[in-house]
Amino acid sequence: MANEEPNTGDARLDPLVSALASHFGELGCETLCDRGEVTLVVPAAELLRVGQTLRDDPDLRFEQLIDLCGVDYVAYGRDEWETVDASTSGFGRGVEPIADLALDDPRRFAVVYHLLSLGHNRRLRLRVYAGGAEPMVDSVHGLWPAADWFEREAFDLYGILFRGHPDLRRILTDYGFLGHPFRKDFPLSGEVEMRYDPEQQRVVYRPVEIEPRILVPKVIRADSRYLKDGAPTATPAGTPAGTKGAANA
Amino acid sequence: MPEIRNYTLNFGPQHPSAHGVLRLVLEMDGEVIERADPHIGLLHRGTEKLAESKPFNQSIGYMDRLDYVSMMCNEHGYVRAIEKLLGVEAPIRAQYIRTMFDEITRILNHLMWLGAHGLDIGAMSIFIYCFREREDLLDCYEAVSGARLHATYYRPGGVYRDLPERMPRYQGGSKWHSDKEIAERNATREGSLLDFIEAFTERFPGCVDEYETLLTDNRIWKQRTVGIGVVSPERAVALGFTGPMLRGSGVAWDLRKKQPYAAYDAVDFDIPVGVNGDCYDRYLVRIEEMRQSNRIIRQCVDWLRANPGPVMVEDHKVAPPSREAMKADMEALIHHFKLFTEGYCPPPGEVYAAVEAPKGEFGCYIISDGANKPYRLKVRAPGFPHLAAMDEMARGHMLADVVAIIGTMDIVFGEIDR
Repeated sequence: MANEEPNTGDARLDPLVSALASHFGELGCETLCDRGEVTLVVPAAELLRVGQTLRDDPDLRFEQLIDLCGVDYVAYGRDEWETVDASTSGFGRGVEPIADLALDDPRRFAVVYHLLSLGHNRRLRLRVYAGGAEPMVDSVHGLWPAADWFEREAFDLYGILFRGHPDLRRILTDYGFLGHPFRKDFPLSGEVEMRYDPEQQRVVYRPVEIEPRILVPKVIRADSRYLKDGAPTATPAGTPAGTKGAANA
Repeated sequence: MPEIRNYTLNFGPQHPSAHGVLRLVLEMDGEVIERADPHIGLLHRGTEKLAESKPFNQSIGYMDRLDYVSMMCNEHGYVRAIEKLLGVEAPIRAQYIRTMFDEITRILNHLMWLGAHGLDIGAMSIFIYCFREREDLLDCYEAVSGARLHATYYRPGGVYRDLPERMPRYQGGSKWHSDKEIAERNATREGSLLDFIEAFTERFPGCVDEYETLLTDNRIWKQRTVGIGVVSPERAVALGFTGPMLRGSGVAWDLRKKQPYAAYDAVDFDIPVGVNGDCYDRYLVRIEEMRQSNRIIRQCVDWLRANPGPVMVEDHKVAPPSREAMKADMEALIHHFKLFTEGYCPPPGEVYAAVEAPKGEFGCYIISDGANKPYRLKVRAPGFPHLAAMDEMARGHMLADVVAIIGTMDIVFGEIDR
């Protein structure tokens, strides 16, 4: 909670952070600052109220929605290679995908909004957690008409429903597509493949034959070797609360 | 009384003026558009999902293939996001090279747009003129990266290599071209790449004048574009327009001025702004942007001549060591091996970095969980919200105006479908 005096280390962000604190301090919003960017984590129930204030309040005036996207946090901080004991056991070439994902975690899905204020020349990121089993948030189509297709895309790719969207159809995937391809439990190679069947003289679908294979394992090096002057940076702002594992090691 | 009813027209996906694979379902009343419903995704390749399965550097090549007529600007957006995540900054010479190639890319894109837009609404010859200059600029791409289109030239921490001292030349002894013709073609290629680009900047304003004599006061061109697809400034902002689509409506907003990156705060240029927000104003804005880009390129050439220096950071956790060092130095060999097998692990966090691409704001949103691959990459393509406004812009216009509106949006499906 950023109710105290803002201390972002960046003079350009201070007025924004204090305006956010004075407007949304009581609503349970959380303000995060990292790498010169401000993120406001909004409770799903307050989204429309917060959005209205962000757009119309003269201190804020975020009149443009630049981007909206879904995020699936279920595999956040999970690596495919145990780097700690690898020097005793050796690395294997065959890497198994992570199996035990908590698919119903209420912090699994999030919707991220990038707002731009042309008047103040400032950007703001909003994050709303949409739930795990049946992710749903309110549509901001009424506030920013640009959200129309962005929300359709997030629905298509992640299965996040937007309450009040006028025309929530799939947008990027094929007609009749099943599943939500950007979810972390959806295989990269997909579920079905398409080929032309000369006997039936038409295109047919069948389950994919190729098996998903990991070429470069996902490795998390939590030591300080990659960081500037060896010191870890401040608390990672992108870390959702429900994640476990190496992110905070 | 005869029964009159609306009918539905299927436009595309294989229509020459659909700019790739746009399927438009048009609900028509006679020849007037009642509703336009674009169906997209026919070029969806899952770039963002693919990027999640690869180390950061291996996805730079995918960025070229998003908006495949403004390749290096896409790379710039992605590379800038990674640099922000890692906390590294490219050397000043690399910043100027990026600025110069961003503007070369802008001219490339606007030429492609102008030629195709002209063809769409009936101006045939402009296409040939535009491709004449595009060829020279693609040669610059080739000289610097080895590839004419998909360059993969920008890397986190700088650019892949310095500008070449020798511009590639046409070979003599061809049975198709006489030696005199070859000599003419090689006239500006005798020196370095910078000499070639300088000669281009001398010539290019005259070329833009040529395009303008063909179109700007052309009666047919004006009939097809003036008053078509008008968007008010308020609507343009609300609909998420950026780039020339926003400036054509009279909003003076350009990231190169408002949130400068690379070397844009050190070069002098102007931002053209439209008045009426119609297709003709957007045409004028883009024409003037080409002239301004030419100015920027010229300033970058002068600076780059005077200031040699490194073009890549020295940090071998991010950038590979030189080939010579690898042959002799164990440490360099290890760095090279680790960088190309595993990549680098940026600290956890999330960043959004945007550049003013020729079509508008191209942004990359990267979430990192501390791994060697991005946890989530979202590409904010400028064409996506533009095409989303198709219904609003086309409603009430005639069928033939739909083609003008598609043209003025400058849509490319590589970035919209991703």
